[in-house]
Amino acid sequence: MANVLVCIKRVPGSSGQVLLTGDSMSIDARHVGHTLSPHEECAIEAAVQIAGDTGGAATVLTLGPEGALEQLREALAVGVSSAVHLVTADGGSGDSGDAHGPADVAAAIADVARRREAAGEGFDLILLGNDAADTGDFQVGVRLAYLLARPVVTGARTVAVDGSGPAAVATVIGDGPAGTEEFQLPLPAVVTVKEGEITPRYPSIPGRLKAKKAPVEVIEAPAPVQGTARRALVLPPEHPSTVQILGTDKDTGAAAAAVVDVLHTIGVVTR
Amino acid sequence: MSTVPSRARTVIIGSGIVGNSVAYHLARLGWRELVQIDKGPLPNPGGSTGHASNFIYPVDHSREFADITKDSVRQYQELGVFTQSGGYEVARSAERMQELTRRITSAICWDVPAELHTPDQVQEKVPFLDPSVIVGGFWSPTVGVVDSLRAGTLMRERAVELGALTTVANVEVTGIDVERGRVVRVRTDKGDIECETIVIACGVWSPKIARMAGAHIPLTPAVHQMISVGPVPELAAIPGEISFPIVRDMDTFCYERQHGSDMEVGSYAHRPILMRAEEIPSIEQSALSPTELPFTSDDFDPQLEQALELMPAILGNPDVGIRYAINGLLSLTPDGFPVLGESPEVAGLWSAAAVWIKEGPGVGRMIAEWMVEGESEIDGAHSDIARFYPHQTTRHHIVSRTSEAFNKTYGIVHPSEQWASNRDVRLAPMHASEKELGAVFFETAGWERPFWYASNEGLLGEYRDRQDQLMPRSAEWDSRWWSPIINAEHLAMRERAGVFDLSAFNIFDLIGPGALDAVQRVCVQNMDVGVGKVVYTPVLSPRGYFKSDLTVMRLGEKHFRVVTGGAHGNPDRKWFTDNAGPGVGVVDLTSSWTTIGLWGPKARDILGRLTDDDISHKGFGFSSCREVEAAGLRVLASRISYVGELGWELYVPMEAGARLWNAVREAGAGDGLVPCGIGVYGTTGRLEKGYRAYGAELDGERTVVEAGMQRPKVKEVDFIGREAYLRQREEPPASLLCTLTVDDHTSSTGEKRYMLGGEPILTPDGEPLVDGHGHRSYVTSAGSGPSVGKHLLLSYLPPAVAVEGTKLSVQYLGERYPVTVAVAGSTPLFDPENTRIRA
Repeated sequence: MANVLVCIKRVPGSSGQVLLTGDSMSIDARHVGHTLSPHEECAIEAAVQIAGDTGGAATVLTLGPEGALEQLREALAVGVSSAVHLVTADGGSGDSGDAHGPADVAAAIADVARRREAAGEGFDLILLGNDAADTGDFQVGVRLAYLLARPVVTGARTVAVDGSGPAAVATVIGDGPAGTEEFQLPLPAVVTVKEGEITPRYPSIPGRLKAKKAPVEVIEAPAPVQGTARRALVLPPEHPSTVQILGTDKDTGAAAAAVVDVLHTIGVVTR
Repeated sequence: MSTVPSRARTVIIGSGIVGNSVAYHLARLGWRELVQIDKGPLPNPGGSTGHASNFIYPVDHSREFADITKDSVRQYQELGVFTQSGGYEVARSAERMQELTRRITSAICWDVPAELHTPDQVQEKVPFLDPSVIVGGFWSPTVGVVDSLRAGTLMRERAVELGALTTVANVEVTGIDVERGRVVRVRTDKGDIECETIVIACGVWSPKIARMAGAHIPLTPAVHQMISVGPVPELAAIPGEISFPIVRDMDTFCYERQHGSDMEVGSYAHRPILMRAEEIPSIEQSALSPTELPFTSDDFDPQLEQALELMPAILGNPDVGIRYAINGLLSLTPDGFPVLGESPEVAGLWSAAAVWIKEGPGVGRMIAEWMVEGESEIDGAHSDIARFYPHQTTRHHIVSRTSEAFNKTYGIVHPSEQWASNRDVRLAPMHASEKELGAVFFETAGWERPFWYASNEGLLGEYRDRQDQLMPRSAEWDSRWWSPIINAEHLAMRERAGVFDLSAFNIFDLIGPGALDAVQRVCVQNMDVGVGKVVYTPVLSPRGYFKSDLTVMRLGEKHFRVVTGGAHGNPDRKWFTDNAGPGVGVVDLTSSWTTIGLWGPKARDILGRLTDDDISHKGFGFSSCREVEAAGLRVLASRISYVGELGWELYVPMEAGARLWNAVREAGAGDGLVPCGIGVYGTTGRLEKGYRAYGAELDGERTVVEAGMQRPKVKEVDFIGREAYLRQREEPPASLLCTLTVDDHTSSTGEKRYMLGGEPILTPDGEPLVDGHGHRSYVTSAGSGPSVGKHLLLSYLPPAVAVEGTKLSVQYLGERYPVTVAVAGSTPLFDPENTRIRA
């Protein structure tokens, strides 16, 4: 019976042209809304599967503004049973709790984990996304493991838990420099998940309705200590797109052959 | 890099279903040098067409919508992109069931197959629907789905094959140049295009593009939420896009539509979420497309619960996931009708906006015919962009009305239903007095018009022994937005006199050496009359159908005043302006003059107390007008009547209206003068006299002969539609407008029921009547005739049954009632010799 905590972050949706807020400190999400990164969607799926397989429970946690409740509900709709919301002051139109740096976030999560442990409801496994979709810091998982003095594996393609109690072991498979790596971790542990092999499920309508009623523990997030040290966000220079017309003659098939050539060159098809 | 042609006859902006359809029909009708541009890629440039749910329900209470939809379906079928699925509108309440019964009447009127089904019958066709949730369903077998993107591509290809069209994608409009009030050029990021006409078919972006030319297209982008759930095993088991009927869950404002192995659930139940055209993201800034915005799930959650109730078997399956969810943008207008036609603000600038998938191809044909031939086969008067008054194009008005209307998309809307938002915009000078009199105000074109006055409630007691004339209505639906006080005011007017506020009239003058030629050209009746004559005249389209009916006063040798209805006055003024010719100015005086109607046997006595001028019948004959001095004002008095009584329309400057109103009421107090509302003016008084109303009886699909309004002679001077009119007079008419009386109002439950208009006229056995156009007969206007003690219905009937004394029936809310043809043609039922008017 594994109790799993999965930590997620509210991030702006993506689009071809990224808009910044007026102060250039955040991404302006007004046209794209907010979402979860694919890594975190996979982490949620892994948490739900492990909880299901072991007869345990999955809990979701986020540190973010009030609006991040939307992302907690997304997780609750696909099988997570409860949520913890570390509410931050609204970070302006960027709306993603931008004042907290990775060290602050890790410390806040560690507080929650310790408190739960003290109450006899400790998490056997804490899952996170490999890195945040907006800031890409790659830090919270490792810092959290350090603070909690737990083993950590990053970049997991799959996670499974076997056994229970002190004998419980997490099997983590990921990609390393030399090829596929497989780790056996004693629990409790921290794992960060990378998208690729786990297929997240879509929420069902009953799941969505259940999420609406699921319990959410709301805690005021501790004020940032380290912060992000962010000065401003800068957009990369635009690369004007160029169009090369490969052919227009529908009848000779020359255009089709040219398209096949291109697909071959970029490795989509083999001859 | 693509560039655009430097010249075009017409530039069509937009490659959604509407732009593609306009392009095709213009090409089909012979226009060449058409250039179509869109800022997105083809075939899905990212507008509302690209995410439409693409289903079509053919039934609508509006004839215009029903006919355009029917034409669209015919075109989609011809293009091979229509799949018939059938569809239900299901009711969860008794009130909704009555509304579905009313939809049956509209289906019969517009010749669309439909029937009512029991919950079990519904479940037979939709096995995954829980029949215990509903009380019944409206079965519409000809409902279907279309591939609107494919249809657009095919239409573009046909226009290209005709050598008529160049389409350039990924071109953004940056400006529209207007010279001397006419469009001359479209500016784009790929070059300028010189042109004669422009069609704005840009859906939600249309207001932004129109503003580049200094014109207004009053619509707002609004969110319609939709999700798609799947894979549903019950649906996946059957190949093809759609195998089960679409279900509209009317009381929850939702629909469920199969799309392959998915079920789409769409909603009009959430809060109105409006945007501005300028706020829509660009393609690059969008996550999906500019009109598929991020889903706001909180707004949709209540609808999920209701959808689950209706279809628990498939939507409750935990393996069926929400795979796609959007806040899709569509266009809403302040009155729910599209915005079509040439802008009255900029010549050559055409709008084809706020059109749904079900109307796209039909609107394309309508606009193309209108542009090429000057009029369309299907009359689009309710959608005419010229209908809007300035205040109706403001953001405040658009937001108020669309917010109010959004949740009525599937609503039960009474035919007389009044808007609650943005009222009190245009107030008559006697408005304060009317409020004191307890006026119940209805709105027309922004004007607050008294429909009846609570202060006249005492008349109900006075006429208590004449219930057969007051005709009180016990059924809530029949009496909603109605009062027996209207009938009491009517009786008091016929016996004493009534005073009416007619401030909503649209008034404009034609002045100049060319004025006579202009009114002669536009009007059917001879306008070369003496100064001081008033002429009531039809106005015809080139093919001889009604453009309007109105009165014209000759105020001078070179000066005519046109008085027409508030609702349709703006298109009338545009028509006069467009056809005025040289040497004449058209001046809008609507806001300069107020009009007070004074009619009834005592009208002369009352006016006589205010003036020393000769107003005797000899001194001031019928259909004449002149200035009189009354109540210390110079009043333009016009001796005509829309209610069939002796009396005058009294015109004074707006600011003097209150004074004249008070003076008339004081002068009439001793004679029992009553203030009368538009209920009398527009319905009871009018119907007893058989007077026709534009928009009800008269429209762009009926002739003078059918309306029974032809005079013995036709003027020699040429006028628009003359040739057609002469031909129509020689041919047997396709139909004839008749006045019918209801013989028995008693329903199966013993309650007396009163038709409100829009019901089918049938044979006594319930068979539809079909006229020479192929149209079915229906009630164009309905209302009490208190003085004749009958409920009156106007309807165009096939000539064979348009015979006085013929027994027929009318279907109202699922039951048939016997009726008799009382008048064939325009002879008044009340005072047929018109002795009262000429007293």
